[in-house]
Amino acid sequence: MNRGVLWLLALLAAAVMPLLLSSYHVDLATRILIFAVLAMSIDVLAGFVGRTSLCHGAIFGVATYVVIWVMAKAGLPAVPAFLSGVVAATLVAALFGLLAVRTSGVYFLLLTVALGMVVWGICLRWTGVTGGENGLRGQDMRPALLLARENFYWLVLAVAALAAWAMQRFVNSPFGLSLRGIRDSESRMRALGYNVPLHLFIGFAVSGFFAGVAGALYAFFNEYVSPSSVAMGQSVAGLLMAIVGGIGTLFGSFIGAAAIILLENTVSWYTDRWQAVLGLVFILTMIFAPEGILGTVRRLAAPKGRAR
Amino acid sequence: MPAALTLTEVVVAFGALRAVDGVSLSIPAGERRAIIGPNGAGKTTLFQAITGMVQATSGRVVFEDADITALPPHQRARRGISRTFQITNLFPTLTVRQNLFLALRGLAPGKFNLFGMPKPSADEAARTEAALLAARLVGREDTEVRALSYGEQRQVELAVSIVNQPRMLLLDEPAAGLSPNERAMVAEVIRALPRDITVVLIEHDMDLVLGLVDQVTCLHEGRVLVEAPPSEIRGNPAVQEVYLGRARHAAG
Repeated sequence: MNRGVLWLLALLAAAVMPLLLSSYHVDLATRILIFAVLAMSIDVLAGFVGRTSLCHGAIFGVATYVVIWVMAKAGLPAVPAFLSGVVAATLVAALFGLLAVRTSGVYFLLLTVALGMVVWGICLRWTGVTGGENGLRGQDMRPALLLARENFYWLVLAVAALAAWAMQRFVNSPFGLSLRGIRDSESRMRALGYNVPLHLFIGFAVSGFFAGVAGALYAFFNEYVSPSSVAMGQSVAGLLMAIVGGIGTLFGSFIGAAAIILLENTVSWYTDRWQAVLGLVFILTMIFAPEGILGTVRRLAAPKGRAR
Repeated sequence: MPAALTLTEVVVAFGALRAVDGVSLSIPAGERRAIIGPNGAGKTTLFQAITGMVQATSGRVVFEDADITALPPHQRARRGISRTFQITNLFPTLTVRQNLFLALRGLAPGKFNLFGMPKPSADEAARTEAALLAARLVGREDTEVRALSYGEQRQVELAVSIVNQPRMLLLDEPAAGLSPNERAMVAEVIRALPRDITVVLIEHDMDLVLGLVDQVTCLHEGRVLVEAPPSEIRGNPAVQEVYLGRARHAAG
């Protein structure tokens, strides 16, 4: 209960933020929320299934590409475009899931890297559709009501809150519990009568759906997409946010996304080598706070003598 | 008594190594059967072939008149085959209750509920309580498994395997690494199981085994060496030779 009140206050604070911030910072906050959804979708797999994915950036980017393409080239209105982006990402995730569910550990990681690279390669080379290196530009994609950045921010906040709540319900559902069972012991789950590959497949597709939601939002935010949106860097950034926030905490992704994106913005004022700084942050996190920011806070806040 | 489980010439080969080398045996429904044999005799591999964790290279596995040789493990579990693991195989970050909940839902249609709350039904709650009572875990149900002692984890291992009221229970060294008191308790738990469950038990502790079972199968190098009631096993020269050891034979 206590925790619910805390999150409600955080939501309220996030809702009044655009009234106090400059337009530049509203855009920054919007970006943070979108990437928090991506990071949460990665945390669903990494934290609750024990499968660390490096292709969620590609799934995210597929949604972005599809939304911009169907609006700019096929002339679809915003809502159907949004939905088709999410559906496309979910289908790609389902396909990837089929291939990836029989692996675990480092093999899963490598396979997802390869699958992400395939998407990147297609976006780069299929120039007739994707515009190749030039990417795709959308025009006036947002409906009139969402043209003001504050309004768009509130929409993204609502979607992100809804997605966070849905993912929280998902990982705590009976199905989510069986995913945590698979994380702890696959062989016992098989002995108990669970079809482990089918569970992993569904888990992967659900996680991909949420990455797609984030990618579709990003299309309306950025109104431009290029191969760098589906590149491995995108997947790594999402994973890094989940790790810094705290793997297995889900809501930590909001903190992780805020930390990484704010850091990126601050550091890039002073140096071009912000990625080196990012690497350093990652190393320091792994050494001093492997449970991430929210994980560490929870551990310190927990009553003494009991882990978690 | 009809046979609960019939193995016909089952072979499990890993490359050139034939871990199980043509085992045939038949276990009547409701029997308590022990499988003994020195390390490397193929006992655990035989269990793996029965549960489907490894596929038999050749031969047939028939459970209650159905050929299950080609079925994957989860489908065999749905037919009522349950097992414990030699090395504790639980969900360490989940509570005892959650471990039992997963065991229950493994055979239930509700496991694809993606959005509800993990609340057991009245029937599931009753089964959970019964398993907790049988495995003597009352009072520990909301503790995370990793915080339990080794002995208690073995008890959870038993509780997880009986909560579904299986047709056949395979116990892989249920008392390994336990203190004498804990062993006696495990024996009590096994003895108290309903008679309609067929129980197959791998165990090194002869005193524990011989007081519990109706029939003993001794494996050696992947083959059945002897099959006899417990009263005859100790005196059997072939068993003494391979299992109880030459030293004792010589000294005696």
